[in-house]
Parts: sequence; C-alpha cells; structure tokens
Amino acid sequence: MTALLKTCDALGFTWFIPFIRLARRENPNEQFRQILVNLGVPLLAVLLFLGAWSWVARNVEVSFGAIPGPVAVWQEAGNLWKDHVAERDKEKAFYVRQAERKAAHVTKTPDKPWVERTYAGKPTFIDQIFTSLKTVFAGFLVASLIAVPVGILCGLSNVINIACTPFIQIFKPVSPLAWLPIVMILVSALYNPTDPWFEKSFISSALTVALCSLWPTLINTSLGVAQIDNDYLNVARVLRLGWWKKITKIVLPSALPLIFTGLRLSLGVGWMVLIAAEMLAQNPGLGKFVWDMFQNGSSQTLAQIMVAVFTIGFVGFALDRAMMSLQRAVSFDANSIR
Amino acid sequence: MSFLRLSGVSKKHGRQSILRDIDLSVSEGEFVAIVGYSGQGKTTLMSLIAGLARPDEGSITLEGNPVTGPGPERGLVFQNYSLLPWLSVRENIALAVDTVFPAWSAAERDAHVDKYIAMVKLSHAADRRPRQLSGGMRQRVSVARTLAMQPRILLLDEPLSALDALTRAKLQDEFADIHRTTGATVVLITNSVDEALLLADRVIPLTLGPGATLAAPVAVDLPRPRDRLALNHDPRFKRLRADITATLLGFNAARTTTLTRKLVLPDILPEDLDQPRVNRPPRRLSEEKREIVSVS
Ligand SMILES: Nc1ncnc2c1ncn2[C@@H]1O[C@H](COP(=O)(O)OP(=O)(O)OP(=O)(O)O)[C@@H](O)[C@H]1O
Ligand SMILES: [Mg+2]
Repeated sequence: MTALLKTCDALGFTWFIPFIRLARRENPNEQFRQILVNLGVPLLAVLLFLGAWSWVARNVEVSFGAIPGPVAVWQEAGNLWKDHVAERDKEKAFYVRQAERKAAHVTKTPDKPWVERTYAGKPTFIDQIFTSLKTVFAGFLVASLIAVPVGILCGLSNVINIACTPFIQIFKPVSPLAWLPIVMILVSALYNPTDPWFEKSFISSALTVALCSLWPTLINTSLGVAQIDNDYLNVARVLRLGWWKKITKIVLPSALPLIFTGLRLSLGVGWMVLIAAEMLAQNPGLGKFVWDMFQNGSSQTLAQIMVAVFTIGFVGFALDRAMMSLQRAVSFDANSIR
Repeated sequence: MSFLRLSGVSKKHGRQSILRDIDLSVSEGEFVAIVGYSGQGKTTLMSLIAGLARPDEGSITLEGNPVTGPGPERGLVFQNYSLLPWLSVRENIALAVDTVFPAWSAAERDAHVDKYIAMVKLSHAADRRPRQLSGGMRQRVSVARTLAMQPRILLLDEPLSALDALTRAKLQDEFADIHRTTGATVVLITNSVDEALLLADRVIPLTLGPGATLAAPVAVDLPRPRDRLALNHDPRFKRLRADITATLLGFNAARTTTLTRKLVLPDILPEDLDQPRVNRPPRRLSEEKREIVSVS
C-alpha cells in the first residue's frame, strides 16, 4: 500500500492518493473532502466546458457546416480509430496475398526473380501520432545533446557564458516558422545520400524542433551549473578532483534538478513547435494531418481537426508527466518538484 | 622548525580589511585552538591555511613548502559540513579516498572507507544520504571524510558549534581521542573557551575585526587525558578560562567605550489602533500608572 502511494506520488497522480488512503480507512472525512476538491472541481469545470461547447456548436455556423459538438468529435475519434484498424487489416491482407502470389510465382516461373513490394497504404491517424512522437524525440535528443554540454560550459566559465549570451538572447525568441525554410534549404543542399536512412522532411522538422527547444535546456543547465554551492566546489578543490570527475561527481548531480526542469520545458516547446513544422515541411505527422484535413474541407474536417487538437493536448500532457516523473527520479531532492 | 607557519599574513575582502599581520607557527603534533567572536574572520583564516583563498600579503608554508592552493594534505572540516547531498555516507567518503589514493586496489580502498566509517560509529548509517542524518552524524561524516584522506594537518572550522551540548561533548572526546591515537597536528577554530581548553595545547584569541589579528597565545599546561568534570574544579583550568575570557571581553570593552551618547526615547506609548480615536491625548510612559502584582 505504501509502495502504491509512493508510485502515485512519483507519477504525479496525486488525485488518486485519497482513494488509497480511503481504502486504508485513514481519516475518511478528510479523504472525501480531498476527493471532492481534487477530482470534483476539475470534473465540474470539464462539464461546464462541454456544456458551453455544445451551446456554441448548436448556435454557430461556419463555411464547412455546423461546428461539431463534443458528441460529434467523440464519434469522429471512433471513426479514426476504425479507419486505423481497417487499414491494418488491409495491410495484413496485402501481405497474405503477396505471400500467396510469391509461392505461385516461384513454382510457375522459378527463373524470374521475385520483386517484394511493401504496402503503400496511406498512414492513419494513429500512425501519424507515432510519426510525430518519433520526430519530436529525434529533435529533442539533438537539442539535449547540444544544450546540456554547452550549458555546462556556460555555467562553468563566465567568459563562455558572456560569449553565448547574445546568441541565446537573439535566437531564443525566433519562431519555428522562421527556422524551417532555412533548415529545409540546408538539408536539401547537404543531405543527399543515395540510400537515405531518414526522409528529408523528417530531418527538417526534427532539426527545427531541436533549434527551437534547445534554449530552455541551455539556459536552465547553465543556471544550474552557475548556482552550484561554492562549498561543493571547494570540496572538489580540496580533493583536487580532476576535470572529468568534477563534472560527473559534483557539477552534474547538483545541477541535475535544473537540467531536468530545462529538458521538461524543452520537450514541451518541441512538441508545440513540431506541429507547425510538420504542417509546413509536409512531414508525415499530426501537423500534416491537420493541414490535410484543412485542405480537404469536407463536412468532417472540423471534427477531425478537433480530435487532432485534443490528441496533441493529451500527448503533450503525457510527455510532461513522463518528464516530471523522470525529473523526480533523478534528483536528490525529489520533494521540491511539482 | 615549525610545521605550519604563517608570517605577516593579511587578507582583504574588497576594501574591507579582514585579517592583518597574522603570525602563527604550529609544530608537528601540536593541537592549537583559535578562539574568537563570530564574523571576525576565523573562517577566512582557515581558508587561507587550506589554500582555498590566497593571502594579500605574507606567506604560508607547510613543512617549508609554500601553500599555493588547496590539497588533501591539509584536511579541512568545513564549518557547514559540505557533504554532497546526492551521495550516501559511504560514497561521500569513498569519493575522497578514491581521489586521494588512486594507486590502491579497490579492496584496499573499500576497507579504508569502512574503517573510517566505523571510527566515527556510523556503520549502521553508511548507506544513508546526508539529508537523513542528524546534525551530529553529518559532522562525524565530515570528520571521517577528512581523516580518511590521512592529511598531514587537520583544520577544524567550528566543527561543533551547530550541535547540542551532549553531542558536542561526545565529539569533543572523539577529537581528543583522534589526536592522542594518531598524533595528528590540529588547528581548531571555536567560539567556546571551554572547548579550546579541553582539547588544545595552545589557545590563541583572535581580536575583533575589521583587521583582526592573533593575540598572545596562552599555553594550556593541563595534563592529558583531560576529564571534563574534573577540569571544572581544577584551579589552573579556572584561571586559564578566566584569563582568556577576560582577554576576549577586553577586545569588546575597548570597542564599546567609544559609545559616548545615549539616545533618549520619546515619552510616548504605542496606540491601540483597534480603539476608535476620538480626541484622546497620547499616552505617556511617565503618566502610566502601574500596579505590581507578585505571584508566589
Ligand atoms: N566572500 C566574501 N566577500 C566579502 N566579505 C566576506 C566574504 N567572506 C567573508 N566576508 C566577511 O569577512 C568577515 C569574516 O568572515 P568569516 O566567515 O571569516 O567569519 P567567522 O569568524 O568565520 O564567523 P563565524 O564564527 O560566524 O563563522 C565577515 O565580516 C564577512 O562579512
Ligand atoms: Mg566561520
């Protein structure tokens, strides 16, 4: 039970804790009050929101037709899921058929080589979610690999920090829409392998994500490193710790909470930037999905876009929660993170 | 020849002079205590000896070699422990041992770490983080970490001032033990005259800052081992304590006599703002009627 409590706390499911305590019969009145506040109030707010939304949906007309209400959007989500399942079935069927054809081909004309084909169905909404996740993580990884070391250098050396500050100040506020064309041009000029591992559009959007999500990690890392208690650095000096040991044993652990704060912010920024980048770069993913739907202009367009909006929101929320749990797991002072 | 020697050392923070004309020589195996008021530059003096700060003037030598930077041969026990909160007790000590004795085998180093954890009686808490330890335990970890580096000289910066009287007494005995068994050279900084007299061979008062300097040393010729309770009745101890306390108070007296004017407070009492104020004259202290009720 106590372990369960700790897990909930670590994962940030604080609203669930009163239920566990209630099951243990710990001060029931207090737990009921907690449940009412932690769960009842948000629930009420959501209900109010859904009510207002339905009202607007019934009363406002746009060029595509009526604005879909919550029910329509929910049904559309179901449809998208059904499409996904159907597409998967088609894909399976395709490969079954191909295997049959291959067997027939080999027996009939063994001297002619058989050309294997991959299924070329259009990616479903669910596929798009995973493509987006892949892209955002690629960009986030690149950003972290640059931002953490540079941040450490900035935090350790005042000169480097002063040298970096103008770049940070100027590039931080630049929108992804401004970066993307530059990145796309550079990528198509520099990345031309004969047998590409990644699509160009994937690289462009991942790099754009990286460029935009670099800054929170960079700033927080350098802040975390610069804020290290002088006493800890004195310990390193008295022990005559080597450069590498000083970084790994003193600097990194003590800056880790702030580094992770930065990473968490970066991932959030990256996810937000990604949608815009995908829209423009025509990289498969949620952004392209939204754009395609918008171009379609069918009666379901708005409902589908709204499903996409909620999906983007929920995925972003899940990413933030995951980062928060990670942040707590690595910092020595876990209670300070909310 | 003296083991540790400071000659003509002075230190400024900005334009503020903290220490000036510090001359000190400590011989090998000696236990020297420096007593002084808070905020007068004791920690500054310690960081100069440790090499964490450089003196503006004068020189510091250890065994004839000039001190130019910090190093493990001068084991400093920091005033605020400075344990790394992300490492357990064992890891904190192991970090020091691994860095100072890189040539030893892993097994030797482990045994060495265990030995010092046991020495400060913390074997049961070896895997805890500093946050999970009491102040006294943290202090002991800090001491163990420093001793495990086997320094040539032990620098203790008010190691016990944050502790309660009982823990303090216990750790004082441990310091006396360590000094007796290892024959280590120790410089102890403290604000307690009793502590200084209990542990040291020589007690040196630090005058008041700005520009504090060391006053004439007082040799403590009390036989060892010294027993706290017996000392309290020892006339030599009483005389030494009275002398040093008088010296320290003398610094203060020299300063406070410069106050020449006494401020006179206005003859008015605070208003109760909750009461409506309608044409009420101010209450005056001199007009206040008081009744003294004595409770048995
Ligand atoms: N980095 C610094 N910059 C400026 N002034 C400083 C600095 N460090 C210490 N001081 C000043 O030097 C004086 C002596 O400080 P120090 O820490 O040596 O005192 P202390 O005797 O160790 O006091 P305590 O008993 O409280 O530990 C103080 O007045 C303090 O304000
Ligand atoms: Mg001090």
